[in-house]
Amino acid sequence: MSYNINDKGYYGEFGGAYIPEMLYPNIEELRQNYLKITAEESFQKEFHRLLKDYVGRPSPLYFAKRLSEKYNTKIYLKREDLNHTGAHKVNNTIGQILLAQRLGKTRIIAETGAGQHGVATATVCALMGIECVVYMGEVDIARQAPNVARMKMLGAKVVPALSGSRTLKDATNEAMRDWINNPVNTHYIVGSVVGPHPYPDMVARFQAVVSEEIKNQLLEKEDTENPDYLIACVGGGSNAAGTYYHYLDNTDVNIIAVEAAGKGIDTGESAATSVLGKEGIIHGSKTLLMQTGDGQITEPYSISAGLDYPGVGPMHANLYKTGRAEFISITDDEAMTAGLELSQLEGIIPAIETSHALAVFEHKTFKPEDIIVLNLSGRGDKDLQNYIDYFKL
Amino acid sequence: MNRINQKLQEDKKLLSIYFTAGYPNINDTVNTIQNLEKSGVDMIEIGLPFSDPLADGPTIQDSSTRALKNGMTSELLFQQLKDIRKTVSIPLIIMGYFNPMLQYGVEAFCKKCQEIGIDGLIIPDLPVDVYHDEYKSTFDKYGLINVFLITPQTSEERIRYIDSVSDGFIYMVSSASTTGAKSGFGDEQEDYFTRVSNMNLKNPQIVGFGISNNDTFTQATKHAKGAIIGSAFIKYVTANGIENLEHFTSPILGK
Repeated sequence: MSYNINDKGYYGEFGGAYIPEMLYPNIEELRQNYLKITAEESFQKEFHRLLKDYVGRPSPLYFAKRLSEKYNTKIYLKREDLNHTGAHKVNNTIGQILLAQRLGKTRIIAETGAGQHGVATATVCALMGIECVVYMGEVDIARQAPNVARMKMLGAKVVPALSGSRTLKDATNEAMRDWINNPVNTHYIVGSVVGPHPYPDMVARFQAVVSEEIKNQLLEKEDTENPDYLIACVGGGSNAAGTYYHYLDNTDVNIIAVEAAGKGIDTGESAATSVLGKEGIIHGSKTLLMQTGDGQITEPYSISAGLDYPGVGPMHANLYKTGRAEFISITDDEAMTAGLELSQLEGIIPAIETSHALAVFEHKTFKPEDIIVLNLSGRGDKDLQNYIDYFKL
Repeated sequence: MNRINQKLQEDKKLLSIYFTAGYPNINDTVNTIQNLEKSGVDMIEIGLPFSDPLADGPTIQDSSTRALKNGMTSELLFQQLKDIRKTVSIPLIIMGYFNPMLQYGVEAFCKKCQEIGIDGLIIPDLPVDVYHDEYKSTFDKYGLINVFLITPQTSEERIRYIDSVSDGFIYMVSSASTTGAKSGFGDEQEDYFTRVSNMNLKNPQIVGFGISNNDTFTQATKHAKGAIIGSAFIKYVTANGIENLEHFTSPILGK
């Protein structure tokens, strides 16, 4: 049994492309070309050159000595926070901009929630000199002013999504509507392993550079490619997909996925999709999503703007359903405490998304000899105001 | 014979109207349908509102949001329509996104449609191949026609495939756009209408998107069997309410 995608675009029963006919030509063009183009030697060369010289890869695999001592186990942090633009998101936008160029596209659109993917998209568009439009919920624009300013400085146009709840899911709707209205010259850079096939697979493949590096780096440090546990936070799930990718079918390696419980699973203010979601269709993908009994998509809540997506990538829905991954929900409070702890034990201020993953150590006891790799998916600069407000710093 | 197929055999150009169920007021659904039939409309698409209508522009988004706030659900819509066939005889189609139907249960949804006297469904985000492999037998069992969309970007090969899977009419989206985004047709549309007309498909075509008056209705139906109006009608009832709908339809039909 494989936990990777099948030739029809499904992970088990999840995935597919449930899209209006207006998007069919765009999606079909991608589906027919993404594997072919990304396998080309010239593509791979340029992709890896940019990852090395522009993004700063490989990102270090850092043994967190003091954190390991505290929890009496061996914890390695995969330092995606040290990438250019401050998170794993840029791995995917570099890949997609190179693909868009090869498809002859002259205009890029993207959605963003907290603004990290928007910044990563605006960055690669500036790098390549391509027009960039980023859709962002009106509510998020107000909450994430520094990232809005970054995108503008990078030359992108930031368009407020005014529909629905005016957050990430609505920004995604607006980006898809833009694509329907501009089907020929535009490429949509989706920011996570969500959306219609081939997006989940394409984004996972670009993020797979993370698990590829983990294998090599761990072999060097621990004389084995296999950790006992991989830990990553999951909103849509792109940093998690990158962390797990080369280990999906290697069941010697345990997988832990960390979701945002918000104020608590039962409070009605949560983003723990695996617990609270039901099978359905969101943004063109069959997956688990938070919805009413009548099938209306509901608005999730988390203190972290990067985790409050009402769905989850189809790869992760399948990992949950099959039991391949253990899903753990972490509340706002637990995450904030873990973020402060990492800052003071290791001198690393993590993004609040990542803080959720770090809180697992208070939840679960590991053996002293266990080797754990946790994806430190983003840095905390963008969240400073949140940390300040929360801890009254 | 299904009412849609019967209607398609009539020797006239058909006017079909889309409206959002439960809009502007929750209990307007049945009256809107009755008043539309009285106003000379040939077919009605009853919009089942969805929280995230990807293919729709602001007008239908707003009416959907309002209808959901009013309390519209699949179950309530079925209750409202329970006796609709006592007063209305023209074809009725439910148009909605796939997720609410999936949650209701596709078979239960189809069964309910048959009981009420719904003739067909339009589900923009249910792809034709998934329909064909997983749901066609259920739709057939309950005598429901499923209508698929084509656009100016749809390849000839795919149009022929959609034609082979369809057994009512083909919904021709007039331009690459969301609903209500464009008004009026140019040379591009004229070429597309002619091109599709010359393919001699087994299913007649009905044009939607961009139709709001007699000019666009006439242009759209030059080659096609009929035309669908959605956003322009929603705008009309927003401003004028749901009574005397012939004030909306007569000018379009050139009466």
